[in-house]
Amino acid sequence: MASALINVPARAKRGQVIQIKTLMSHIMETGYRRTADGEVVPRDIITSFTCRYNGVEIFRADLFPAIAANPFITFFTIATESGKFDFEWIGDSGFSETASAPITVE
Amino acid sequence: MRPRAIIAAMLLIAAGIVASNLSATEIPQAERRSGFSFMTPDTKAMQNEDTANPGMLWVLDGEALWKSRTGTAGKACADCHNAARSSVSGVAARYPAFDKTLGRPVNLEQRINLCRARHQQATPLAYESRELLALTAFVAQQSRGTAIETGADPQLEPFIDKGRELFMQRQGQLNLNCANCHDDNWDKRLAGSAITQGHPTGYPLYRLEWQSLGSLQRRLRGCISGIRAQAYDYGAPELVALELYLMSRARGMPIETPAVRP
Repeated sequence: MASALINVPARAKRGQVIQIKTLMSHIMETGYRRTADGEVVPRDIITSFTCRYNGVEIFRADLFPAIAANPFITFFTIATESGKFDFEWIGDSGFSETASAPITVE
Repeated sequence: MRPRAIIAAMLLIAAGIVASNLSATEIPQAERRSGFSFMTPDTKAMQNEDTANPGMLWVLDGEALWKSRTGTAGKACADCHNAARSSVSGVAARYPAFDKTLGRPVNLEQRINLCRARHQQATPLAYESRELLALTAFVAQQSRGTAIETGADPQLEPFIDKGRELFMQRQGQLNLNCANCHDDNWDKRLAGSAITQGHPTGYPLYRLEWQSLGSLQRRLRGCISGIRAQAYDYGAPELVALELYLMSRARGMPIETPAVRP
């Protein structure tokens, strides 16, 4: 039941600095923990996040085991043209989620 | 005159100490504070903004579950309740509530499982499972901002008394009761963390320490282990009674579900 929460302003003025906020549902299991029986709990984390603005990559982040569950990633960009933001999260054991958000630039 | 005055003063002080030892002072209505008010500005901001509040991930899942058909009856919650925004709004502010068939109070999680058994002919969801937390969070979120009115039903009175008794009951190797911290010392800190008054206004809530959503019973079990006592099992009548007392103690405070707490 993975899901993402995205906050992108619906409208912005050309040249305006806008804040983008993303929240992805993920357990971010470090791979360092053990069960009561001593078995290692296998690592299961998001390893990479990218954001494309009308197809052009504007933000990328690598994630590591020290990052808490349900990573909240926020960053700024300049609103240049109307279109959409595409977000992609990639992780261990084939984890892959995408989301997108439209923006109108006036 | 002077020695007499000193003795009188000493007696007054002694009387004060005895009085405060005998009865925990309940928090006056005007001084009640949600756990929210003890948090740092960062954590408050996290709760206040829906796209930054991780609890909303469970609410979204809960909304999907609300609409999906399950059980041998092949019914979804939405088939009976229609739109959650109108049908279950304000409901969480009345829970735990009295169930006539069982003859005892049930909390919101138990009500959801009763609904599954009685109307959907589905198996109960496990306590603290993602599904049960998600559905509970979704239902409770419909009451966000509603003032808590749990305990208005006169049938609940003996159970609230039982909960109050448990709240005041010293237990565990540390020989503490709930009131020792949450009535008498809520303005102080324990190992650097605010003690708080223990008003359950935002459950199920996202606790940063858990890195997950969790129920009030999980919180209570954590507290009970903390005083080195044997925690009651999930769904135990004692935990429901405690929930009931705490909710009735928080009467009038607005529901914050899904809250964020450190």
